[in-house]
Amino acid sequence: MSIHVRSISKSFGSFRALDDVSLDVPAGTLLALLGPSGSGKTTLLRIIAGLEFPDAGSIEEDGADITERHARQREVGFVFQHYALFRHMSVFENVAFGLRVRKVPRAEVTTRVEELLRLVRLEGLGGRKPSQLSGGQRQRVALARALAIRPKILLLDEPFGALDAKVRVELRQWLRRLHDEIGMTSVFVTHDQEEAFELADEVVVMNHGKIEQQGTPDEVFDRPATPFVMDFLGNVNVYHGRVENGRAFWHGIPIDYPAYPHAQSREARVYLRPHELEISPPGAVANRLGTSLAASIVRVTRSGPITRVACRPHGSEQELHVDVPTEMARGLQIKLEPGTYVAITPRNARVFIPGPEYSI
Amino acid sequence: MAAHATPRSNESKPIAALLVVAAVAIVGFLIVVPLVSVFYEAFSRGVGGWWAALADDPDTRHAIWLSLTVAPVAVAINTVFGVAAAWLVARFRFPGRSLLISIFDVPFSVSPVVAGLALVLIFGRQGLLGPTLAWLDWKVIFSWPGLVLATTFVTLPLVVRELIPVMEAIGPEEEMAAVSLGASGWQVFTRVTLPNIRWALLHGIVLANARAMGEFGAVYVVSGHIAGATDTMPLRVEKLFQEYRQPASMAVASVLAGLALVTLVAKFIIERRLEAESRDLEAARSLENTRLEAARP
Repeated sequence: MSIHVRSISKSFGSFRALDDVSLDVPAGTLLALLGPSGSGKTTLLRIIAGLEFPDAGSIEEDGADITERHARQREVGFVFQHYALFRHMSVFENVAFGLRVRKVPRAEVTTRVEELLRLVRLEGLGGRKPSQLSGGQRQRVALARALAIRPKILLLDEPFGALDAKVRVELRQWLRRLHDEIGMTSVFVTHDQEEAFELADEVVVMNHGKIEQQGTPDEVFDRPATPFVMDFLGNVNVYHGRVENGRAFWHGIPIDYPAYPHAQSREARVYLRPHELEISPPGAVANRLGTSLAASIVRVTRSGPITRVACRPHGSEQELHVDVPTEMARGLQIKLEPGTYVAITPRNARVFIPGPEYSI
Repeated sequence: MAAHATPRSNESKPIAALLVVAAVAIVGFLIVVPLVSVFYEAFSRGVGGWWAALADDPDTRHAIWLSLTVAPVAVAINTVFGVAAAWLVARFRFPGRSLLISIFDVPFSVSPVVAGLALVLIFGRQGLLGPTLAWLDWKVIFSWPGLVLATTFVTLPLVVRELIPVMEAIGPEEEMAAVSLGASGWQVFTRVTLPNIRWALLHGIVLANARAMGEFGAVYVVSGHIAGATDTMPLRVEKLFQEYRQPASMAVASVLAGLALVTLVAKFIIERRLEAESRDLEAARSLENTRLEAARP
């Protein structure tokens, strides 16, 4: 079932949680709402679920307007951030709840719940209370409970937020398989970009109640639409500079920016991602004048497969961060240690002109 | 409890002993001895005499009957009001919310006699609603409805006060989950909210009942103290005592004291269940928190 959100706005007192947000979720998609806390992603999810009502705008499911429809009638499965399991009920009764309130015959309830407990790999735990389960198990009960009513849409609020790293990765892959098997439309909220990129077909980046960008993980990662997305997706080197005649300059290296062909120079920001910078022996600078710059290493830290190098370009006070795959760092002809002179070559750089809407 | 406390140094041992003796003495003289003497007096002519004092006097019989009907009605009103008010205050944020919570406490801070007088001012013959009630031929003051009103007034905070913190600790998520699973408002209440607050609610009901049975001041003012008509058990105790019929007075008093002891046992059992549940809640919380900590990069 496809979801169409049209120009939704929602305020809580003077706080504008959602500001004219429109969003299309094609049927069968697994979509991630990604953003910092307070960006409005959870509010949007709750509005889709019918747990919150918008001040303006409408929501459609498969073309039918459901804006005024109560959560009870929306046939939406919702998984809460802290699971919200019914603490006084057994696991079995938790999963059965949606069926019981629908007056489904007893025998059918038993069959369906047992089928679901098998699906979420909790066979034999039906008699336990939620307090006797681990976090990962509780999460799976919450999922089974939401799936019991055969929802067309599954909504998950920070589904893996409260789990430890190992369980999180496991459950993530499992949820992806489950989504594909059942063929629902799923939307989940997360502030963890790794989670969004690994799990989702589509990523929607939100900030200050607005959508900054929507696209496939590759599109969003490779072509961030706004400075916010660029910033949010990872540590990034930001430089203040100027742009003119379709080019910006970073330490004398030209970077194309055809969107600004005017001769009058204008303030701009250059964004360089640490993994899109290349490190090489200093001799290369002379050979590749205009594409590389000379720098000296300030600090080197290893973090597993990535070696992070902080350098200072000559004539600059601002540190530049470069990520080198550790494998590759071993193959370099130079020693990566403080004081070493190196050449830095950007493989990719992005220019943004600060607009009135842009602020960090 | 004090006897189990392990003093950190030898010097505090005599002080600890002194405190234990003082505590036992105060509890003994102020609570145990008077209570025992009530029972002693009540049964001074044997069980037969005690029973005769209660059963042979029609006014006493009526007083017991009246107390046993007024208290449950007041408690029932309180339960409905308490659940509704606690839900309103715990689940919604609105202007005047904290003022409302303070107003719930008024019956605790106002003397019951003043409460009774206030009810007379409103419902009495010369009162605000007096003419209307006279026209309808409804008698409130000096009759059963007045007793229920006064008792409800003085016990009002007991159920709400008990429920607000519990409902706030539980939070609205389970109720929202039930709604998203298709439950109607009534189903949410009976299947999710009520089971979650049941022990706190029962605790409030037991306390309200004990207070309702024992209420004297407010009921004294609105009842008019009519033997065989508006005398409840506490009023009957006082009247018998004033009439120098001490054994009869003590017999009724012993029924009240017996009810108090039953309440005490019920309260003790419920409090243990409440403690167990809040421990569960806490354990679940801390598990979640450690996981959250662990999940942070």
